[in-house]
Amino acid sequence: MADNPIQQFEIHPIAEFSLAGWDASFTNASLAMVAGAGLAAWFFSWAMKPAALIPGRAQVVAEGAHDFIKGMVRDGAGEEGVRKFLPFVFTLFLFIFMSNMLGMFPGFGPVHHIFTPTSQIVVTSALALLVFFTVIIVGFAKNGLKFFKIFAPSGVPLYILWFVIIIEVISFFSRPLSHAVRLWANVLAGHILLKVFAGFVPALVAAGGAFTVLSILPLGMTVALYGLEFLVAFLQAYVFAILTCIYLNDALHPGH
Amino acid sequence: MDAEAAKYIGAGLACLGMLGAAIGVGNIFGSFLSAAIRNPSAAQGQFGNLIFGFAVTEALGIFSLLIAILLLFVV
Repeated sequence: MADNPIQQFEIHPIAEFSLAGWDASFTNASLAMVAGAGLAAWFFSWAMKPAALIPGRAQVVAEGAHDFIKGMVRDGAGEEGVRKFLPFVFTLFLFIFMSNMLGMFPGFGPVHHIFTPTSQIVVTSALALLVFFTVIIVGFAKNGLKFFKIFAPSGVPLYILWFVIIIEVISFFSRPLSHAVRLWANVLAGHILLKVFAGFVPALVAAGGAFTVLSILPLGMTVALYGLEFLVAFLQAYVFAILTCIYLNDALHPGH
Repeated sequence: MDAEAAKYIGAGLACLGMLGAAIGVGNIFGSFLSAAIRNPSAAQGQFGNLIFGFAVTEALGIFSLLIAILLLFVV
């Protein structure tokens, strides 16, 4: 048992090697990411293999997930967004969803913890910067200099426009920050909370006597929090994807 | 004052910023519920807007959390 609630976020190299002086070891974080992405890829190719007219159970899940994200992209970024960015958003959503969900499973046997890749800010930052630069590149490629219109919403009176532009510029550049930190902080805080409450159980049992009976309280709390964390795992993947759609909408239609 | 103590006091004060985010997020879900109870058939279509408003409001609380974390672990 881990006594330290932070211990679950430690990264251990599994296969060490370096690339031109950089430490490029295959770590438990890499393993968890590969497992999440591989599991999603395997499930979708397996579920869609029959491609039956009357779908089976797995195919309903796969098609339902696809339609769910498709509807979200259409609401956020319009038909053009669906044509261009559905695979991108769907991949992002699935990767974050699988990372969060795999991280919810407790370790067993020699595996003390199943690592949660989204609890590392470097992972969420990479994803958020990917979205940020996609928006900038697509915005300039599609609209040219008209892309700067995202900083000047239409219908704003001229005397207040300079102030609105300052606010819009600040909000545009703080997007990748809040995008990355939101996912990271939610996952990190949830996992620390779970471990803290779970740690109360052996502490109370070890205290002995009447405290042993009381240990049922943090146990019940841990179970309840687990339910909440499953909701958070889905919700944060959903929030990340829906914000991606809204940012991509800005790149496709900058004039508001 | 000891610089180390000031760091922890600052981190604690920075967390007060989450108070505003808490009020905002509660306001969003409360308003959504009161509107959804009046017109349940229109509620489904507003789920995306609800989550977007929640995410944007939550971002401000996250910025104060970020300041607290920076104070604790970086400064």
